[in-house]
Amino acid sequence: MNISLLLAANSIAFGGLLFLLSAGFSLIFGLMRIPNLTHGSLFMLGAYFGVSLIALGLGFWPAAIVAAFGVAVFGGLVERLLLRRLPGAELAQVLVTLGLSFMIADFSLMWWGGDPISIDTPRALRGATFVAGLGFPTYRIAVIVIAVIVAAALWALLDWTRLGAMIRAGVDDPEMARIVGIRVSRLFTIVFSLGAGLAGFAGVIGGPILSVYPGLDQDMLPLALVVVILGGSGSLIGSFIGSFVVAFLYNFGQAMLPELAYVVLFLPMLVVLVVRPEGLFGRAAP
Amino acid sequence: MRRLALAFGLLVLATLPFWVGNSYYTNIASQILLYAVFALGLNVLVGYAGLVSLGHAGLFGIAAYTGALLINSGAGHLLAILGALGVTLLAAAAFAMLSLRGTGLGFVMITVALGQIVWGVAYRWISITNGDNGVSIATRPAPFGLTLATAPGFYWASLVVFLVSLGAIAVFAASPFGISLRGTRDQPRRMNALGYHVWMIRFLAFLFSGLWSGVAGMLFLYYNQFVSPQSVALTSSAEVLLMVIAGGTGTLLGPFAGAALVVIMKNVASAYIERWNFVLGAIFVAIVIFMPEGLVPGSLRFWRWTLTRLRPRRPAAVAAPVRAPLPNREGGA
Amino acid sequence: MTALEVQGLDKSFGGLRVTAAVDLAVAPGERHLIIGPNGAGKTTLFNLITGELKPDRGSVRLFERDITRVPSRRRAHLGLARTYQIITLFPGETLMHNIVLSLLGLSRLRWSPVLRLDHQTALLDGARAALARVGLDHLADRPLAQTAYGERRRIEIAMALAQNPKVLLLDEPFAGLSIDERRDVQQLLAAIPRDVTIVMIEHDMDVALDFAERITVLHFGEVVVEGTRAEVVAHPRTREIYLGE
Repeated sequence: MNISLLLAANSIAFGGLLFLLSAGFSLIFGLMRIPNLTHGSLFMLGAYFGVSLIALGLGFWPAAIVAAFGVAVFGGLVERLLLRRLPGAELAQVLVTLGLSFMIADFSLMWWGGDPISIDTPRALRGATFVAGLGFPTYRIAVIVIAVIVAAALWALLDWTRLGAMIRAGVDDPEMARIVGIRVSRLFTIVFSLGAGLAGFAGVIGGPILSVYPGLDQDMLPLALVVVILGGSGSLIGSFIGSFVVAFLYNFGQAMLPELAYVVLFLPMLVVLVVRPEGLFGRAAP
Repeated sequence: MRRLALAFGLLVLATLPFWVGNSYYTNIASQILLYAVFALGLNVLVGYAGLVSLGHAGLFGIAAYTGALLINSGAGHLLAILGALGVTLLAAAAFAMLSLRGTGLGFVMITVALGQIVWGVAYRWISITNGDNGVSIATRPAPFGLTLATAPGFYWASLVVFLVSLGAIAVFAASPFGISLRGTRDQPRRMNALGYHVWMIRFLAFLFSGLWSGVAGMLFLYYNQFVSPQSVALTSSAEVLLMVIAGGTGTLLGPFAGAALVVIMKNVASAYIERWNFVLGAIFVAIVIFMPEGLVPGSLRFWRWTLTRLRPRRPAAVAAPVRAPLPNREGGA
Repeated sequence: MTALEVQGLDKSFGGLRVTAAVDLAVAPGERHLIIGPNGAGKTTLFNLITGELKPDRGSVRLFERDITRVPSRRRAHLGLARTYQIITLFPGETLMHNIVLSLLGLSRLRWSPVLRLDHQTALLDGARAALARVGLDHLADRPLAQTAYGERRRIEIAMALAQNPKVLLLDEPFAGLSIDERRDVQQLLAAIPRDVTIVMIEHDMDVALDFAERITVLHFGEVVVEGTRAEVVAHPRTREIYLGE
């Protein structure tokens, strides 16, 4: 019973982390209509940036912000220099993001080596907090809080700012948005940067829990993919709820059915894709 | 003239182990041939049907694992091969029925999910697949008493399989079915109105494509005498897709050229460059952006362009090839 | 017996009723014209008849046979053929290849993965004949990319004629053509024998009226006027729709 409770608590924290990862993925997917296969690598890159920045003497939180910024800039460049050369060719764009993910993964291996690196939990958040007599790691509670804050901030961005309105318009109907005068291509760069930055930030935040290691990108990308496919692309609420659903599926799946861990993860995604292909990727086959 | 070139090429290939000298290079040639079969099979779907799959390593791996498990449980090689191919065809049918629910990007993502499920089983269902440790087999087959244990022996077996696959796919491509398949790639709506059963055509093409992936998977198993989850990973599906795209989807020999390129780079490059995946990714990105019709046609185009620049008075005699092999809008109706 | 009959056909997309209780009856050998302003639902009606779209209500009959539930790919085998408003040919191929695909669609050969298509002389001869019907057999081996727009419009029609249809649906066959090209297509259509029933959507009144025996006027998805050419031309509602209300 205690184990289930612990698993549940961990799932909630992991769900928060997944939300930070998937929110960006969802926005990119919703607006640009492409599953950004580089997203896992951006998460990992952010974590590695965080490691280096902390090693240079920066504190945990400044490192997280700077790393996020760095990954955001990188993302912007990727969109501007590579993806923008393939307007409307979504499949080609996806292949480019795939190729990039290999490049980033290998580069990281070269630069930071093959051993897992852990990021120390920030001093103020070490130890456990006791809720109803049960102890939970304070840091994990902090992750949940951060996720909620970021969710609120994104929601405010989307609902109350002009940029947010433009993003929502672009997600709903890119053609119409263009006609109305929205500079959709500039919006793409902004959203891709934002998504990348969020992923990078999530990478550092996740550092104390997951560490950073080669293959982290391959572990995280499928999760983001499943979250967005289950929760709907471009939907903030969908990503939020989806993140927790996937976190629970992942943790409990690993614990109860270790041999089918990945099947448990990808099967819902497959089901959604097969049952409702129109909802996400355009029209169903004739 | 073409016949002469083909005969010459055949002669070169048949005598390769002799003039290459070293068994290291003979082995590389065997690898090229087995990946060429894989790429040719994938090209049936990507090039002829216009359906991009990022899950074909799943079928490749299902064949290799099934073969390995059958051999290790005592089955003879013939039974193992037939069993593996049979299971692969069933898997291909399942893959096809699920992925054909989507078109274009939807199709791709479903194949990704399917490939990942197969990988997940290979990686985690340790009691069957031995997980990350992989499965080894002790021997290679000895058809008609000829040994495949030596490098030249295996090379010739691979050459025979490659030529059979090349011939089969060439016949397929020139047949009414092959041509209607290409029709469904270009105008699925019209094909439907002309009386073709577009879904069934795609389904059967998927089976045919899966068959050759399975054949390649068995060749791979016999070559390495080992199979591991790495062979089923997304990177493996991406690699074979790169071979198809790099070589050019419009021709029969394109996938062969692509396979040669990737295998040589992988083996030779890793002697000089530590990180093969980085190069793989970079080539992928470069080709998709700058030469989407493939390295072979793209290089030809580049060559013609330089020629017309050098001789400005001569008009370009041949029109540039159509630049549209990567289905960029949704591949279906 | 009617060649093509549509009864109570209804289709909505979300809140928009694109086809509203449409009735249509075309006699064998008739030349029927469907006109109406943009957005009237003419092409949607064609798509419903060919089966590309499923109606919400109503029926489609081909020579008295109810084909409402017959999949669109089978309707070609029952004698229904159509052309498209936007030219829908096979780029990167020769004219011969295009027409061969049309003929192949109705032949059992299309399932064969082993025969050589370019050895099927009967099929190839048929394709050449189909091209000759539209006066383009001299361009048989020309790649499509090297043909003029007017020639492609004729190939569109040739593709459909090659299917030896009993009912031919033409969607704006004169769109974008010059005066000479229009005359070519007019002659082409006039030469089609009476065992083919033709239903045409057209915008260009001069050409279309010449051709039509009976006319149906669609407006906002509904049939508003229907009858012989003379009746429709004289009808006050027709004038209203075309000259504004």
